[in-house]
This record gives sequence, C-alpha cells and structure tokens, in this order.
Amino acid sequence: MNNTILKTQDLRKEFQVRVGFLQKERKITAVDNVNLNILQSETIGLVGESGCGKTTLGRILAGLLSPTSGRFFYKEKEITEIGKKKNKQIRREIQMVFQDPFSSLNPRMTVSDILSRPLKVFKIGKNAKERTNMVLETLESVGMKSEHMSRYPHEFSGGQRQRIAVARSLIVNPDFIILDEPTSALDVSVQAQILNLLLDIKNNFQLTMLLITHDLSVARFQCDRIAVMYMGRIVEISDKEALFNSPAHPYTRILLTSIPRTDPAQRREKAVSTGEVPSLLNPPSGCYFAPRCPLKMDICERSAPELKRVNKHQTCACFAVENKR
Amino acid sequence: MAFSLKRKYDDLEQEISGLPVGSYSQLVFKKFLKHKLACLGAVVLITLIIFTFFGPLFVETAYDDMDFSAIFAPPLSENHFLGTDEIGHDVFVRIMYGGRISLLVGIVSSVVSTIIGLIIGLISGFLGGIWDELLMRFVDVMLSIPLFPVLLILSLVFGSGVFSIIMVLTVFGWMRVTRLVRGMTLSLRESEYVMASKTMGQNQVMIILKHILPNVIPIVIVTTTLNLSYAILSESSLSYLGLGIQPPMPSWGNMLQGSMSYILGTSTGHNPWWLTFFPGFLIFITVLNVNFLGDGLRDALDPKFVSES
Repeated sequence: MNNTILKTQDLRKEFQVRVGFLQKERKITAVDNVNLNILQSETIGLVGESGCGKTTLGRILAGLLSPTSGRFFYKEKEITEIGKKKNKQIRREIQMVFQDPFSSLNPRMTVSDILSRPLKVFKIGKNAKERTNMVLETLESVGMKSEHMSRYPHEFSGGQRQRIAVARSLIVNPDFIILDEPTSALDVSVQAQILNLLLDIKNNFQLTMLLITHDLSVARFQCDRIAVMYMGRIVEISDKEALFNSPAHPYTRILLTSIPRTDPAQRREKAVSTGEVPSLLNPPSGCYFAPRCPLKMDICERSAPELKRVNKHQTCACFAVENKR
Repeated sequence: MAFSLKRKYDDLEQEISGLPVGSYSQLVFKKFLKHKLACLGAVVLITLIIFTFFGPLFVETAYDDMDFSAIFAPPLSENHFLGTDEIGHDVFVRIMYGGRISLLVGIVSSVVSTIIGLIIGLISGFLGGIWDELLMRFVDVMLSIPLFPVLLILSLVFGSGVFSIIMVLTVFGWMRVTRLVRGMTLSLRESEYVMASKTMGQNQVMIILKHILPNVIPIVIVTTTLNLSYAILSESSLSYLGLGIQPPMPSWGNMLQGSMSYILGTSTGHNPWWLTFFPGFLIFITVLNVNFLGDGLRDALDPKFVSES
C-alpha cells in the first residue's frame, strides 16, 4: 500500500521575466527544489496562496512544462523529459483536470467528441461503437446521462462541465490524476457535488490524486496528506489530522487561522503575520518566510531550512521547530 | 454484471436512435438551410455564376462586336436588351463576359489569399518564438510596401491579364487574415482545452486541426467575404492602371470605369445611365449576397447559435 508512485528530486522551474522595457531579463524561481513523494492510492493536497507555484508544479508533473533542473520518477521510471514519444503510456496514466471548466472544453466539440478524443489518441477501443459505449459508461460514472452526449459544452452548467472534464481524464483509465483547483470556479453548492464525485471516483477506480487548492477546507475534506507551499518551496508535509490539529510550520499556523469559522466559540486567536509576501523577483536570503515569521531567529536570515521529520506524521522546514525538539 | 452491460448496450441502441441524427457536417448543412438570407445568397450567387459562365455559349454576339447602327442605344431597344455603349458594344453580352472575369478574379484571389493567410497565421501563432517573429516582420514589410508604384512595375514585368491580376491581389491580400488568425491562435493556444489535449500527448498537427482551426474558421469566413468584395472593386482600379483586364475585354470593374466619363451626359446629348447602372448593380448584388452567404456559414458553424424559427 505504501508504494511510492511518484517522486520528485530537487525539481526546479525558473521563468525569465522582463520587468521593464529597458531592463535585463531576470529570473524568478516558481518551483524551488521540490522533493515530494506521492504514495499509491493516496490523495495528497498541495495548498498555498496564489502565485506560490502550486499550479506550475502540477503542470510539470502533467508534462506541460519541463523543469529547469531536477528529476522526477513515475513508478520508478525517470520521466523528466515527459515530452518524448516513448512516454506515451505514462501520458495515459497521468491525467489532469483543469481549474476552469468554461475554458477547458472546446466549445465546438460535442461531449461525445470531447470524450472520445483521448480514446482515439491512445488507440483505445476497437471501433466507434465500442468507444461510444466507453464514453457512455464514463459519463454515467460521473453522474451524467447518455442524452448529454450530443450536446455542446455551452449547454451545461459549471458543475456539469467540470464533470465532463473529470470524465475526459477518467476515460483513459489513468492511475494518477492531477486536479488543479477543480472547484474554485464553481458555486459552493456545486463544489460539494464535485468533491463528493471525486471521492467516489477515487474509491471506485483506485486512483492516486494530487489536489492543488488554496481552499484548506477542500483539502481537509479530500486529502490524506497535505503539502504546504510558500514561494515555490514546500514548507510542510503532514498527515491531514496532524496538520489541522498541530500545524508545525509557522506559515501553516497562519494559514489555518485564516479559515473563517461560523461558530464564535471556535474562533482562534489570529496568528500574527507581519508584512507582505516578498517578491519572487527579489527574494530574501535564507528562509523565505523569515521576514513575516513570528518565530524568526538569526539563522533564518542566513540559510534556508530543509524539510526534516518532526514526528511520525509531520515533516517541516523550519529552524525554530527543529530547535524546539 | 453481464446483465447490466447488456442493459447498457440495449439502451445505447435506443438512445443513439433518439439523438439528433447526422454527422457534424450534416448538422451544419441543416442549420444553414434554416438561414433564409444565406440560402438566398447561395442561390443568387450560383445563378450569377451559371449566367456568366454558360450564358455566352448561347449568344452569338461577341463582347467586342460593334454595332455601328446602334450607338448609345438605350436598354430594351431592338437586338440590344441592355443597350449599347459609345462604340456599339452590346452591354448585355459584355456583362456576361465581364462577370466571368470579375467573379473569377474575386473568388480565386480572395479564397487563395485567405488560405495563405490562414496557414501562415496558424503557423506563426502556434509555433511562436523565432518563427512568429520572422513571419510577422515579413507581414509588416508586405504591409508597408506602397502598393501603386509596385503595381506599375509589376504591370511592366508580367503584362496585363487575368492571371497577373489574381496574383497581385493574392500576394497583397493575405496579410490581414494572417494577423487576425495569428492573434486568435495565440489566445487559443493557451486555452485549457489545448493544455488538456497536450497532456494526452496529442500531436501538434491534430491540436491545430481539432482545436484551433474550428475556432478560427468563422472569423476567417467573414474576412473572406469582405476580401471578395474588395478584390472585385480593386480589379477595376488595377485595370485602370494598366495591370489587369484591358479593353476591349470587359470586366464589371472596367465597364464601370469606362462609363465614368459619360456620367454627366455626353457632348452628343446622350445620357447613357445604363452603362453605369448595370455593372454597378451586379457588383452590388454579388457583394451583398456573398456577405449573406458568409453570415449564414458563420452562424451554421457556431454550435451556440440557434436559429429563432
């Protein structure tokens, strides 16, 4: 059960940015030496604020971007160069669901075209009839009906579109699905439906999922483990219960107190974070969180902490937490 | 399990029979038929093409036959249905012959330049990087060439004729389409359905054909119809400059051009309005109906468009 399905090794992605018209190109590090192990059949959450590199990491793993340096392994095969033809099988096994269901479906294709496209790409199914049947079965497994097959995406609501997008990634029978904020473009009531759907699918199809989200309650509902990202670095990876009960990294603590509570008795004291998020163009030396950290020490400004095991359920990159042990 | 699968297959048969029948192209055709103006446009254009291409076969008068007994004969006069011009050319015959050339020049040059523009725009927008840079600078160069001096030189090099005018209109007509298509391709390339397609390892040619082209085509159709009217009209001004159709061979454009000097009446006291009216009217009818046709095609290709009837 505890087999690693996907493993990254010092994965790094830099982008060139031109700040002003006459200025030199500068580079920003969107994903900074990420080491992440994803285990078979788990759902791992990747949380963090906007612009922290969650989506970039997801896109690297999906093969949409190639990393600047570092490697990653899928089922112990190195697939850093995912664009190569020999990795076609892996392309089938790793699928991605995108954030915005209004732009992830081609408006000029019917649902059955959209769903049978992947089958044709991977040459699954002997003939049109067999493929149609697979399309129908997959549609039903995401709670849609056969009469939807001949319709166009604009005839559906956001939630239905996201179901179609999920069906598109399921139809090729993948092992690993990357979900890039699958609910953030939807109404709250519809979010719950999609989340329940994802839970069902995961159990029925024995899938491993990477759920990218900025919504901690979504992560709490869905995930087994959660990785917290800050400015391109992973600062904490913990089991869900441990993360919510005793967050290790000071940034995680601040994130948790930002969840709104409906019950006034449950309101936590606001953890104080001072200052702004530093610019990725001009990152601080040492720990990126140091300028805002309530537990800052001298060493934090000089060197960057590495992910270290705190206890059985938690790993964390923080000198203050290391010292406390 | 076997039972449930069986049930699904049975359902499938029934459900498929209940779907709106027909392939994508059949559905587009059905939608097009519902668009009345577009059907009118198609019928009128086909009629015009038949009239101009096959009409001359049934008429004995040639376009350069002169009837000196009937100069500036008005329409509906004996032997000359639409009248004659200053040297006794039969206007009706010349309209048919002229239509051959005008329609040929208009349709061929606008279609070919649109296809060239479409292909270059798709390549430029989709590949990006150095290809985009090179192709777009080339477009800039083409757009900044002052047309008329070049045309005068070209007319010396290639001489006049239908072929050279089609070539000139094509060579100088594709850039707007390219810019338009490139812009759309740039934004479509970043859309999430193209991303999704990439994660599946779909190859680039198929991405262009399946995802980008269908979304670009409607706009391109509209541009083609605009280009067609532009081509028919430019043909006349180019012919005037000596590149293109030379008298006595008629085209709608040069017939219109030729009648300009009589528009206020002649020194002999004639007022040959028919020389201006008939070629002008036919150009107008053609351009109008091409636009109807283009609108109908665009709507028929758009799945979001549902006709009101």
